[in-house]
Amino acid sequence: MKSYWKIRFTGACLLLAGSASAQQGIDSAKVRELKEVQITAPRPVREISPGQTLQGAALQQLGAQSVADAIRFFSGLQIKDYGGVGGLKTVDVRGMGTNHTAVFYDGIQLGNAQNGQIDLGKFSMENMQAVSLYNGQKSNTFQPAKDYSASAAIYLTPLRPEFKAGERFHMKGTVRSGSFSLFNPSLRYHRKLSERTTLSMSSEWVHAGGQYKFRYRKENGFDTTAMRKNGEVDALRLEASLHGRMPSGEWHTRLYYYGSERGLPGFVVNGVFGHIDRQWDRNFFWQGQLRKDLSRRYSVLFNAKYAKDFTRYLAPDTQLLRIDNRYRQQEAYVSLAQQFTIKNWWTAGLSADYQFNLLNASLKNFSYPRRHTVLGALSTSVTLPRFNAQAAMLATIMNESVKKNAASAPKREFTPSVVMAWQPFGKEDFRVRGFYKHIFRMPTFNDLYYTDIGNSRLDPEYTRQYDVGFTWNKARPGKILEAVFLETDAYYTEVTGKIVAVPTVSQFRWTMMNLGFVKVHGLDLRAGATLLAWERLRMGARMTYTFQQARDFTDPADSFYGHQIVYIPRHAGSLIASADYGDWGLNYSLLYTGERYNGKANIPRNYMQPWYTSDLSLRRALRTEKKDVALTAQVNNLFNQFYDVVLNYPMPGRNYKVTLSVQL
Amino acid sequence: MQKIQLSILAAFVLLTAACRKGDPIVPPVVTPVDTAAINGYLGFYLLNEGNMGSNKSTLDYYDYTTGKYNENIYATVNPNVVKELGDVGNDIRIYGGKLYAVINVSNKVEVMDALTSKRIGQVNIPNCRYLAFANGKAYVSSYAGPVEIDPNAPIGFVAEVDTASLQITRKVIVGYQPEEMAVAGNKLYVANSGGYRVPDYDRTVSVIDLPTFKEIKKIDVAINLHHVKPDRHGDLYVTSRGDYYHVQPSLHVIDTKTDRVKKSFQLASSNLWIHNDTAFIYGTAFSYDTHSWKISYNMLDVNSETLLPGSFINDGTEKNIKMPYGVAVHPVTGDIFVTDARDYVSPGTLYCFDKKGKKKWSVTTGDIPAHIAFLPVP
Repeated sequence: MKSYWKIRFTGACLLLAGSASAQQGIDSAKVRELKEVQITAPRPVREISPGQTLQGAALQQLGAQSVADAIRFFSGLQIKDYGGVGGLKTVDVRGMGTNHTAVFYDGIQLGNAQNGQIDLGKFSMENMQAVSLYNGQKSNTFQPAKDYSASAAIYLTPLRPEFKAGERFHMKGTVRSGSFSLFNPSLRYHRKLSERTTLSMSSEWVHAGGQYKFRYRKENGFDTTAMRKNGEVDALRLEASLHGRMPSGEWHTRLYYYGSERGLPGFVVNGVFGHIDRQWDRNFFWQGQLRKDLSRRYSVLFNAKYAKDFTRYLAPDTQLLRIDNRYRQQEAYVSLAQQFTIKNWWTAGLSADYQFNLLNASLKNFSYPRRHTVLGALSTSVTLPRFNAQAAMLATIMNESVKKNAASAPKREFTPSVVMAWQPFGKEDFRVRGFYKHIFRMPTFNDLYYTDIGNSRLDPEYTRQYDVGFTWNKARPGKILEAVFLETDAYYTEVTGKIVAVPTVSQFRWTMMNLGFVKVHGLDLRAGATLLAWERLRMGARMTYTFQQARDFTDPADSFYGHQIVYIPRHAGSLIASADYGDWGLNYSLLYTGERYNGKANIPRNYMQPWYTSDLSLRRALRTEKKDVALTAQVNNLFNQFYDVVLNYPMPGRNYKVTLSVQL
Repeated sequence: MQKIQLSILAAFVLLTAACRKGDPIVPPVVTPVDTAAINGYLGFYLLNEGNMGSNKSTLDYYDYTTGKYNENIYATVNPNVVKELGDVGNDIRIYGGKLYAVINVSNKVEVMDALTSKRIGQVNIPNCRYLAFANGKAYVSSYAGPVEIDPNAPIGFVAEVDTASLQITRKVIVGYQPEEMAVAGNKLYVANSGGYRVPDYDRTVSVIDLPTFKEIKKIDVAINLHHVKPDRHGDLYVTSRGDYYHVQPSLHVIDTKTDRVKKSFQLASSNLWIHNDTAFIYGTAFSYDTHSWKISYNMLDVNSETLLPGSFINDGTEKNIKMPYGVAVHPVTGDIFVTDARDYVSPGTLYCFDKKGKKKWSVTTGDIPAHIAFLPVP
C-alpha cells in the first residue's frame, strides 16, 4: 500500500508539473521515483523554457480518447473540431493558423506535405505517456533542425516500456464503450528482451456508429433537433517499438500503422442535414533514433524516418459533382544532430536534416510535386546559475520539381530564435522567461499545386513571435497545500504574407495568395495546486486562461480591418479538478470558449455563442498482486449544451463512456 | 480548504455560464441611403449567395418608398424557417406577385410574397440554378438530371413549375450543367456549361419548344456557357466563361428567328443586363496560367450590335470594386447597380450609379451580393 501511495504522489506531482517543468525538481522524492523507473541515459542539457505538459496520472484522469481531447486543456490554443469521434480535429496555436504547429511523434515530426494539417483526433491517448506544447520551440540545444522549424510544436510521447526489478513483461487490455455506439478495444504488450532491450507492441481498434442528436434553435424562432448521420468510423492502429540502451547512449525504433474508413457528415444547412461523403486513410511510418555521447564533450543524435500515406476522398452524390480523389504521399527524412560541450556552462549544437516529400493525386492536370528540403541549425546555449539562454539560427533550403505545370521557385530562408530564462531572486521557484522567434511555414502542396486552386508563385508565410512571462512553482512537502504553481506569458505575434484563399471569377473558383496580415496580442495564464486534505484524500486543480486579440490588418479598405480573425475567441479557459480518495478517483473538467465570429467581419450575422462543456468521470481501481483493474465511467458535456466549434458542424450533446482496463 | 475550492469552482462555472446569451434572430440592418422616389417601382430585392457551406444566403431589400436599404430581412420575416434562407442563393425573380429565389445548395426554390417577402412555400429541385417564366409557369434549370453518358456528371434538366400550385408539371433533359435561360416566343433557350466535365465542357444552347416541352435543337456556341439575356429585337446574348487557362471568356449573339449564332465578341463578359438598347457588361477574366485577372466594364448597343466606347462607371469608383459580381439597371430611371463580392467571405457592397456613370450611393450587403429583382408598383 505504501508504494501505491508513492505512485499516487508522483501522479499528483506530475499533474502539478503540468507545465511547471518537471525538471525543476519540485520534490526530491519525485526525482527518486522517476530514477527508479527511467532507463534513459541522462541528457546533458535541459530545456531552457519548458512547455506545457500533461502526463502520467493527470492524462489518465482526463479520460481523453484522442490527443485532441487532452490538448484542449492547454492555454493559448484552439482546437478546430468538426465534431464526433471521426471528425477532423486540428490545433491552432496563438491564432497563427493550424499550419504553423508541428506535431512530433516520439521525437520525429509527423508530416503532411499535402495540407500541412495533422488530425489530432487520429492519435489515440491509449498508448501515450505525455503530451507537450511548446510555443516557439523546444529549447534544447541537442535536437534536430526540424525542431526549430515551426512556430509552435506539439510533442506526443508514446509510452516506453519500464520494468521494475524482476519484471519481464506488462500487458494491458482496455475496452471503451458508450455513446455513439463506440466500441474501442486496445491491447498493449511490453516485454523485456534483455537487460538493455525492450519491446512494446500496441494495437487498437475504434469503431463508432457516430450518430448523435444535435439541435439548432433561435429565440422566438425555429427550433429543430435532428440526428447527425454518416459519422461512422472504423480505425485500426498497430504499433511496435524496440528500445535499447548502450554505453552512454540509447536507441529506439518504431513501426506505426493507422488505417481508417469514415463517413464525413458534412455541413448542416437549410435543406441539407446530411451528406454521404466518405474518406479512407492509410498511414504508415517507420522511424528510428539513436543517441550517443561519443566523448564527454561530444554527443550525436541520429534520426531517420520513412512514411507512406494514402487518402481517398469520395463524394458519391450523383446530383452534385462526383469526386473520387486518391492522394498518395511519401516522405523520407534523415537527421544528424550534434552537441559540443565547450564548457560546463556552454554548449553548441549543429544539426543537419534532409527531407524528401512527394505527392501523387488522381486529379486532372495534376502537377505531381516533389520537394527536397535541407535544414541546418546552429545553436548555442549557456547555463549559468541564475541565467539560461539559447540562440539558434535555422537555414532552410527548399527545391521542388513537378512533372506538369510550373514548379515553385527554390526557397532559401535564414530564421533566428532566442530563448532566455532568468531567476531574479536566485531561487528555482521563480523564473522570468522570454523568447523571440522568426519562422515561416512553407506553402503546402495543396496551396501550390491543387488543380485549379493552387498557386505555385506563393511565398512562405512568416511569423514573428515575442513572448515574455514568468513561472512560479512551490512545493511544500508535508503541508496541506502541497504544491502550487502559477505561470503566465504575454506575447505579441505577427503573421505576414498569410496564405489565404481568394476568389477568382465565381465562388467555385478560388486560388491561393500571400495576402493576409494578422497581429496577435495574447496572454496565457496557468495555475494549479494540490492539496492533501487528509491522509487518504488528495485533491488537485489546474486552470488555464487565454486572452487573444488576433486581428486582421490586411487592407484598410476592408470593412473588417482590425477585426478579430475567424474562430479565435478573445477569452478561453479550462479547469481540471480532481480528487482521489483511496481507490476512488473523481475528475471534473470544464472547457470554456468565449464568443467569436465565423466570418472576417465581426458583425451580428457572424456572431457565435460562447460554449462551455463540463465533463465528469469517476474511477475505481482494484489492485492485487497480480493485476490492476480500473473501471472509469464518464459523462461528457454534462449539461447537454449544443454548440458549433466550426459553423454548421454541430457538436455532440451529453454523452457517456465506460472504460475497463486490466493490467498484468 | 475544500469548501473554498468548491466555491471557487462553483463561481467559475457560474461566471462562465453567465456568458452565454440568448441566441436571437439577427435583425435587419437598416441604412438610409437615398431620398424616397417611386418611379414605377416600390423597391428591389438583392439576393446574397453566401459562401458554400456557410448557410449565409440572405435577402436584402431596398425600399424606394423610404430610401432605406434593409440588409438581411428574410429571417426576421420568416423566423420559423429552420436554418433560415439557406445555402448559396443563385437567382431571384418576381413573377405574378410572387418572389422566387433559387437556393442552390439547399436544393429548393423559395417562393415568397413579393410585397412582404413572407414565405409561401418551396419547390424542391436538387442542385437548381436559374429561373425563367412564361404563361403562368416557372422554369427552373438543374444540374441534377440522371447519370447517363458520363458516370461522373449527371446531365441537366429544366423543370416546369405551375406558379399557382407550386407543383412540378413537366421535365425536359437538356445539356450538361445548365445555367441561365431565356424565353423568346414559345421557345426556351438554356445555356449549358458542362462545368462538372472539365475539360470537356458543354458548348451548346438547348432550344426547348414550350408547348411540347421537348428539346428541338442544340445550338453550338462556345465552351462553358453561363448567362442568356434577351434583347427587344429577338436576339439572345450568351456568355461563355472560357476555361480559365487558355480559352478566354466571350459573348455571343443568337438570332432566335434562325436559332444561329450571328455574331461573337471576344469580350470578357461575366454578366450583363440589357436596358432598352444598351447591354451593360462587366467582365472578370482570370487565368490560372498567370494568376492574374482583369476587370472591365463595357457597354454594347444591341440594336447595331456594336461595342460602345467607354465604361458605364465614369467617376473612378471602379478602383474600389474588388470583385464585380452582379449588374442591374432600373427600368425607368436608368440607375445602374453593381455589386462587389469583395473576398466572398465578408460583407459585400452595392453601388448605385446614375445613368451617366456617377456614383449616387453605396451600401454594405450580405456575403456575395449577386442577384437583383425589381418590384414594380402593383
